[in-house]
Amino acid sequence: MSEVEQVTTPETAPPPQPWEPRIIAFLCYWCSYTGADNAGTARLKYPANVDIIRVMCSGRIDPDLIMSAFARGADGVMVCGCHIGDCHYIAGNHKTMARMPMVARVLQDFGIEPERFVHEWVSAAEGEKFARLVRQVTEQVRQVGPLDWPGRMRQRGVGHGQDLHPWGGAA
Amino acid sequence: MTATMETRPRQPGKLRIGMYWASSCGGCDISVLEIAEHLLELIEVADIVFWPCVTDFKYATLAGYPDGYIDVCLSSGAIRSSEQEEIARLLRLKSRTLVAYGACAMDGGIPALANLKSSAEIYDAVFHSNPTLQNPNKTTPQPAWPTPQGELTLPRFYPQVLRLADIVPIDYQMPGCPPVGDQVWKVLQAVAAGEVPARNDEVRVGCDGKSVCDECHREKRKTRISEFRRPHLSVPEPNLCLLEQGYVCMGAATRSGCGALCTKAELACRGCYGASGAARDQGTAMLSAIGSLIDATTEEQAREIVDQIADPTGTFYRFSLASSALKAHR
Repeated sequence: MSEVEQVTTPETAPPPQPWEPRIIAFLCYWCSYTGADNAGTARLKYPANVDIIRVMCSGRIDPDLIMSAFARGADGVMVCGCHIGDCHYIAGNHKTMARMPMVARVLQDFGIEPERFVHEWVSAAEGEKFARLVRQVTEQVRQVGPLDWPGRMRQRGVGHGQDLHPWGGAA
Repeated sequence: MTATMETRPRQPGKLRIGMYWASSCGGCDISVLEIAEHLLELIEVADIVFWPCVTDFKYATLAGYPDGYIDVCLSSGAIRSSEQEEIARLLRLKSRTLVAYGACAMDGGIPALANLKSSAEIYDAVFHSNPTLQNPNKTTPQPAWPTPQGELTLPRFYPQVLRLADIVPIDYQMPGCPPVGDQVWKVLQAVAAGEVPARNDEVRVGCDGKSVCDECHREKRKTRISEFRRPHLSVPEPNLCLLEQGYVCMGAATRSGCGALCTKAELACRGCYGASGAARDQGTAMLSAIGSLIDATTEEQAREIVDQIADPTGTFYRFSLASSALKAHR
């Protein structure tokens, strides 16, 4: 805790910002990230609501990362990988295709709307598809509204939300 | 508020042991009796100073002890009510070493599955809509009720099941539903000899560092799963990996230490020892492991196979929902 407290008076306080969806996108290095890059070089416009995290393979995306993204405040999560048959590691995305339907079911059991979790294949040439997907996901997350998982957990439980530190220790 | 052995000098006299049950079934208390004849050895070196399950201790007795009076307190059960939280705080104050004992205290356990429902839904199921109930007056317990003699109160029901570590700092976790007798005896021996590992709230005692698969006798043949089976509808092949046969066995994501009791008895591991190794979230670790084993070449096939799992959330998080990343229903 810093010694100097930031004092915000009504005059200096920034005006309240309207809520914007915050979406975490896990993209595989070989296809989907290159696809997103493709969208950029083609100067396609898509909303800035998406935070891209590059991973080497969509089969590398531990479902824990998806749960943690929601638990720590994401409004939506996208998982994109190579089309089936195109995986750089031959069968990495075969694991993704079996995991993601289970992730979707578990998320629904936790009360997270299906609109918030999207799993799609995007190839290196599909920049246009990526831009369209981001537009579509941003819009559908905007429709369901803010998730604010840390806030909800704090509301629900005594002392809850205090241990959202990534390695499980007290924050 | 951290109370450790270093800051609290030991009170003179015999070793003092306490045990408490919060939101728990009592199985953990029984598991201490599983040390069988060793109980006599334990009583020789230690006094039991608080154990509501077996002897008559009042909360006032506990409150009357000097701080740090109990050398080792095994606290079982999750925290579900204000009473349990109050006692957990009191135990922390009175104990030099506080152990989250059993799956419920450590990870929420079975009670934490209630986190998938709201308090209103739970009250409705327990007091109104359960088919075995007859409650025409819709009687529901109230936190406070006025009577001519004064106001009667009940502990407050929390909207969420919490782990012991969510309420107070703990020194050790001891997994299991319940912890197996051999492990309990090992830990109690270590406590009596003063040979306990360095402490922090991640330290688990009474278990090993690997996964249940390492202890399991069953043979793995790298068979992929093309169909999920349920234990009440089919009989598994003996000596072959249960997961490869299509039974959702939590062994791969579960910490070892139990001696793979369930798989020896032809039953898939239920995951009571909590997440194995470095895994933080047992449910997603299991989900991930199963995803790697599905025998499918198309998305539709894969979906068809994994949809056969009856209740993925309740199965993967059977004992560890309160320790999961999401922790509870929205």
